[in-house]
Amino acid sequence: MNEILPETRGTSFAPSTNRHGRWRSFYNRLSKNKAALVGGYLVVLCVITAIIGPYLTQYDPAKVDYSIRLLKPSAEHWFGTDHNGRDIFTRIIHGMPLTLSVGFFSVLVGAVFGIILGVFSGYYGGKWDAVIMRVVDVMLAFPGILLALAIVSVLGKSLVMVVIAVGIFSVPTFARIVRGSTLAVRKLEYIDAMRALGASDRRIIFKHILPNISSPIIVQATLRIAIAILTASGLSFLGLGAQPPTPEWGAMLNDGRNYMQEHPHIALIPGIAIVVVVLAFNLFGDGLRDALDPKANK
Amino acid sequence: MKTELLNVKHLKQHFPIKGGFLGRIVNHVKAVDDISFTIYEGETVSIVGESGCGKSTTGRAIMRLDEPTSGEIIFEGSNLLALNKRQMNKKRKDLQIIFQDPYASLNPRQTAGEILEEAMEIQNVVPKSKRRHRVIELLETVGLAAYQADRYPHEFSGGQRQRIGIARALSVNPKLIICDEAVSALDVSIQAQVLNLLKRLQREFKLTYLFISHDLGVVRHISDRIIVMYVGRIVEVADKTSLFEHPQHPYTRALLSAIPVLDPDRKKERIILKGDVPSPIDPPPGCVFHTRCPYATDRCKEEIPQLRTAEGAAGGHQAACHYMEEIQNGSMERAYS
Repeated sequence: MNEILPETRGTSFAPSTNRHGRWRSFYNRLSKNKAALVGGYLVVLCVITAIIGPYLTQYDPAKVDYSIRLLKPSAEHWFGTDHNGRDIFTRIIHGMPLTLSVGFFSVLVGAVFGIILGVFSGYYGGKWDAVIMRVVDVMLAFPGILLALAIVSVLGKSLVMVVIAVGIFSVPTFARIVRGSTLAVRKLEYIDAMRALGASDRRIIFKHILPNISSPIIVQATLRIAIAILTASGLSFLGLGAQPPTPEWGAMLNDGRNYMQEHPHIALIPGIAIVVVVLAFNLFGDGLRDALDPKANK
Repeated sequence: MKTELLNVKHLKQHFPIKGGFLGRIVNHVKAVDDISFTIYEGETVSIVGESGCGKSTTGRAIMRLDEPTSGEIIFEGSNLLALNKRQMNKKRKDLQIIFQDPYASLNPRQTAGEILEEAMEIQNVVPKSKRRHRVIELLETVGLAAYQADRYPHEFSGGQRQRIGIARALSVNPKLIICDEAVSALDVSIQAQVLNLLKRLQREFKLTYLFISHDLGVVRHISDRIIVMYVGRIVEVADKTSLFEHPQHPYTRALLSAIPVLDPDRKKERIILKGDVPSPIDPPPGCVFHTRCPYATDRCKEEIPQLRTAEGAAGGHQAACHYMEEIQNGSMERAYS
C-alpha cells in the first residue's frame, strides 16, 4: 500500500516525476519478470485480435459447408475445418472477443459487488462485517464451477447468464481481498488525519481508501479473468453457456470431442487457444503482483 | 489572566477485549482511567510516560478519533463529547493533530499541494480560487518551497513529510494542536529543527500545544507544563522547572533519574524500579504504582491517591501520592534501592 518504491526513494532533488515517469518505472519493474512481460504482450495481442481480428477473416464463422468438412490444417484453412465444414481459424478469431468479454464482464460484476461489500465490511466493521464475511465464507466453501453450474441451471442457458454466474462466484474473493486491504489502510495515520479534519466517510472511502487499495484489486482482477474464462469455457463445454453456432471455444471443444480419434485438431485448437489466453492472464497477473508490490521487489 | 482552552474531566477510555466464539466482551483495557487536566491558551502542555501508559489514547480521545468511554472534554466552554457528528466535524477546525509516523500520515497518492488543498476544502476555510496561493504560503511557513507543492510524499524526506503534516494541521487555522509523538520518528538533528519550527509557529499563530512524548529531553525543551502518566492515570502535573527540579511522585523521580547527566563528576542517583509495568487490563488496586514503588505501604494497596499539592511544593504542582511529604523530608525508608 505504501508507495515508497526503492527506485524513487531519495530522489527529492530530481525534478518532479509525472505520470509518465510512474508508468516507466512500473514497466521497468514488470519487465524484470520475463514471463510477466510475455504474458502482458500476449494479453495485448489478444485484445487487438479481438478488436480487429473479425474484420480480417475471409470466412463466415457460422457458414456450414459439408463439402469441406473435417479438413486438416492447410494454407487455405490454417487450423482446418470442423465437422460442419466451418473454418476453425475464423471461429477462433471470432471467439476471441466473446472469450475476453465474458472474462472482463464477469470480473467486472464480481469486482463491483466485491468492492462494495469488502469496503463496507472493512471500513465499518461490527455486526455487518461479521454477517457479510460469514456469507462470503459459505460462498468460498463451494467449488466455483459447481456454484456457477447451479446458478446457470437456475437462471437459464446463455452466455449472459454465464457472465452473471461467474461474476457471482467472483464476489467473495474480491470481498475478502478488499476487506483485508481496507482494514490495513484504515488504520494508517493519514486516514486518522482526514477524520481529524472532519472528512466525511464518503470522502475517506473514495479519495483515500480506494486509490490505496487499487493494486491488490487490479492484480486480483487480472488473475480472476483467467479463472472466469476457464469457468465460462467449462460451462459452454457442458452445454450450459454459449449455444451453437456461437464460436465459443468451450463449445467448440465440445464439438470436437466426438472426432478426437481421427481429427484431434478440432478439439485441440480451441483447447490451445483457451490455454494460451488463460496462461497469458495468469503470467501477467503474477507479474503485476510483483510490480505493484513494493515489498516483494527489492 | 490565563484563560482555559481545554478542560478534560474524568476522561476514561476503556477498550473492550472480545473473546470466545461469539465475540463477547470478556474484559477491558483501561487505557485511560479517570484523568482530568486543564490546558490554558497559548501554553504547551506535555504528556510524558512509557509506551502503553495512555498518553496517545488521551490525545486521540480529545480529537474523538476513538470515542471515549466517559468523561467530559470541554473546549472553549462546550463539551465536545456532547456534540453530534456534524457539529463535531465543524469543531475539528479548531483542534488539529500531528502524527508520529511521517511515512504513514500522508496519503501516498496525493501531492503535498493536494493534501493541503483538501484540508482547506473539507473545512471550507479558504475560497477555491485562493487555495493554491494559500498552499504555497503554508509550505513556505513550514520551511518548504513553492515548487515542492506538486511532489508526492515519497519524494520528501521524513523531516519534510512531517513539515507537510504540520502545514496540513495549520491549514485550517486551529487553536489547539495535539502533537502525538510528532518528532519521535525523526533524527535528532531534524527533531531540533521541527521543534523550533513548532515553537516559532506557536509565537506567530498564538497556538496552544498538547505535546505527547516519551522523550524527556524533547519535553524539557518545548513544554511549559508537564503531565506524567502511568498506566492510564496522571501521577504528577507541574510546571517544567518545578517538575524537573523537585519531582514529588516516586515514579517521576525514577523517570527523571533515567536522564543521562553529562557531567561525570556530578553525583547521580539512578533509581532502578523493580518489576514490570502492570497490565492496563487489570491495573493494581489503590495506587497503580504500588507494585513497583520502593515506598509502598499497605495504604497504597487500597486507597487511590488523589492529585494534590504537597506541603512546601510550588503552586500548581500536583502529584498523586499519599506520602509525598515523608519522601521529601527523608522520613520514609525505601524497601529496596
